[in-house]
Amino acid sequence: MRRATRASWTACVVCAALAATGCGSDSGDGGGSSGGGGGTVSAQWGDPQNPLEPANTNEVQGGKVLKLITRGLVIYDPKTAEPKNMLAESIKSDDQKNWTVKVKKGFRFSNGEPVDAKSFVDAWNYAANIKNRQVNSSFFKYIEGYDKVHPTAEGSEPSAQKLSGLKVVNNRTFTVKLSQKFAIWPDTLGYPAFAPLPQAFFDDHAAWLDKPIGNGPYKIDSYAKGTSMKLVKDDKYTGDDKAQNDGIELKVYTDQNTAYTDLQAGNLDVSDELPAGQLANAESDLGDRFINQKAGIIQTLAYPLYDDAWSGADKADLRRGISMAIDREQITKQIYNDTRVPAKDWTSPVIGEKGGFDDTICGDLCTYDPKKAKKLIDGAGGLPGGKLTISSNVDTGSHREWMDAVCNSINKALGKENACVVNPIGTFADFRTQVVDRSFKGPFRSGWQMDYPLIENFLAPTYYTGASSNDGEYSNKKFDDLVDQANAADDTAAAVEKYKEAERLLAKDVPSIPLWYQNGIAGHSDRVTDVFLDPFSVPYYPDIKVK
Amino acid sequence: MGRYVIRRLLQMIPVFIGTTFLIFFMVYALGDPVTAMFGDRAPDPATAAQIRRDLNLDKPLWQQYVLYMGNIFTGDFGQAFNGQPVLDLMRSAWPITVRLALLAVLFEMIIGVTLGVISGLRRGRAVDTGVLFATLVVISIPTFVTGYVLQYLLGVKWGWVTPAVSSGAPWDELILPAVVLALVSLAYTTRLTRTSVAENARADYVRTAVAKGLPRRRITVRHLLRNSLIPVVTFLGIDIGNLMGGAIVTERIFNIQGVGYQLWQGVLRQNAPTVVGFVTVLVIVYLLANLVVDVLYAVLDPRIRYA
Repeated sequence: MRRATRASWTACVVCAALAATGCGSDSGDGGGSSGGGGGTVSAQWGDPQNPLEPANTNEVQGGKVLKLITRGLVIYDPKTAEPKNMLAESIKSDDQKNWTVKVKKGFRFSNGEPVDAKSFVDAWNYAANIKNRQVNSSFFKYIEGYDKVHPTAEGSEPSAQKLSGLKVVNNRTFTVKLSQKFAIWPDTLGYPAFAPLPQAFFDDHAAWLDKPIGNGPYKIDSYAKGTSMKLVKDDKYTGDDKAQNDGIELKVYTDQNTAYTDLQAGNLDVSDELPAGQLANAESDLGDRFINQKAGIIQTLAYPLYDDAWSGADKADLRRGISMAIDREQITKQIYNDTRVPAKDWTSPVIGEKGGFDDTICGDLCTYDPKKAKKLIDGAGGLPGGKLTISSNVDTGSHREWMDAVCNSINKALGKENACVVNPIGTFADFRTQVVDRSFKGPFRSGWQMDYPLIENFLAPTYYTGASSNDGEYSNKKFDDLVDQANAADDTAAAVEKYKEAERLLAKDVPSIPLWYQNGIAGHSDRVTDVFLDPFSVPYYPDIKVK
Repeated sequence: MGRYVIRRLLQMIPVFIGTTFLIFFMVYALGDPVTAMFGDRAPDPATAAQIRRDLNLDKPLWQQYVLYMGNIFTGDFGQAFNGQPVLDLMRSAWPITVRLALLAVLFEMIIGVTLGVISGLRRGRAVDTGVLFATLVVISIPTFVTGYVLQYLLGVKWGWVTPAVSSGAPWDELILPAVVLALVSLAYTTRLTRTSVAENARADYVRTAVAKGLPRRRITVRHLLRNSLIPVVTFLGIDIGNLMGGAIVTERIFNIQGVGYQLWQGVLRQNAPTVVGFVTVLVIVYLLANLVVDVLYAVLDPRIRYA
């Protein structure tokens, strides 16, 4: 009896295996197709970190989707980065504080709802309310009533549900009252967090998250969370930046190397994250299909000014000396193959000279001069404790390599073997926690990817006293005053001049060392043309043409 | 036999609770996940506090664990930080990894055991030396090397297969990744089988069977192989767990969005619900695989009995 049972058991395993393989040959041909047929462009993607709400997305991968499916009041020109009105007919103010926004006629969400004043006011109220815990809520902090809907004390409840500074006047007009003067406020509105939301978002939030509805040139066809998203051209879209292809298929890649292999094999059309190890080959592999373009990202080393060993005017020479001991030219060439450019100020060339970029501001401070560096450091009493530790996360961006190189450069300048050592942190999450806890006793990496292409965004969030990304706790009354004056200026040009004046203070105080501007890198297959990156180093998908 | 299985199943409960607590503790020890959600910007304390409250991160560790386990027993594995229920992630990831592991185990069993028997029976001859050498080569090359090389050759250079597996991960696209995944274990299976077969081939009962005049085929399959398979079965059983949890390298190379991918993502983002959920299921798979191995012993060797 036992024997029989056993025999049937084995037979069962065999038939299960056969069934399994048989099933495979049936369903096999469906999945093997390459990047979508016809005019669809397949593009590299990563799993978004947060739910895809506009005000809850602060990283590139979620941002890619929002740029395809939403349009805000303002848009930044994908080539020149200049802000211009998109859905806004006009954004006017007499005193830089009370703004009247008029929305253009004729724009609709992909579900047919019209985009009107209410779509913006509702969306912004949702974003600012602490109950909805949106990571970008601080973008709304200048609007009056923000402190009521978003109290800062931990655990406190909002005393109002809506921003008192927002008022719908009529169907197409709304007014915004800011809590302080802010001359360039309209220019900040191109950030995706300011996108309008349809009523459907509030009626059935879960359904919206499963398949977000926006008002952009594309609409979402299907979304398999964690693996892929198919977007199709919205034929009813009325903007002048209509899609030149039939759709985009975003495919999640866990390993950049795989994406690169897929690109070479022709299964992927656009890859915007080439592996660092392949940069040297990418140009010869891809030829003119390799894109190396300036982008709004700057990498700096921030000094822990909360630590007495580093702060104060008497240590300025020490901070300056370390900066001058770094051979930026060599490092960007050797490690990054010229996909990084030695920094010459604290902003980015992508914002242009009109926007406040000025390659003379850093001057000597950013120029490699080992002899002078040693003199400055020795004159300031040497490195604190004779040692220098540089910290960064090392899970992405070849951070380990450049840290080693920077340390080598400093050690060479000082003529000491182990004066500078690196402190690699395994994950970005751990690194950020330590930064926020102020636990670093030496310089640490501070990267900044702009939210909007304005000089304000490079200075105010990172160097204003108590600002959200001022991780080194730099504080200079004069700097703060200049930023305040710039915000209250009569027009953008006057504001930019003031910001630049503030930036010159950074060159004097050296709260951080500008290292290099990070370029946007991408490659594309020979199936598509007209691929370029926008100022945020994201491929500008609507213009891509399929051969 | 039935009582033995029940006893083993009951023993799994404390093991299960202990391992989940350890994993929970380790993920917790990685640090605070909330700051990373804000990127390079410092979180504003109110929003961060709200997020912590919603995710129960403001409570002490033991309380978080109790809450988490309580939810698990109602079938709720929590949510990843991007709002996807972990159960949904499992539903999409597990079938893919199970398919991959099944294919790999099939390769190991069919090719590994066959090669092992052949070289075991031809001990010391050219075939044996050849197989020995081949397995040595395979064992000494790390998985990611074979993975990238085969992917480049077959996928890019010759264009026989697509280098990356598409999102549905159909069986035929998984063949190459399964081969890569199976290679090292396959070599071990071959060597284990070979040693075992070579040893048993000189045993008394085989000589008796030959003396009885049994056909050669029957001697090899019924007598020799069955007795030689016990170490191999042990290895394969444990290997199933390894293949599922350890497929992380292979899954990354071929862009398979399975268990390894979810675990890796979860660890990077310090997403406790994802990591603990997936590892919990992995623990169960290991425990069950071990039980199946032990039961198979009795099937293969009638002398082994469980009461």
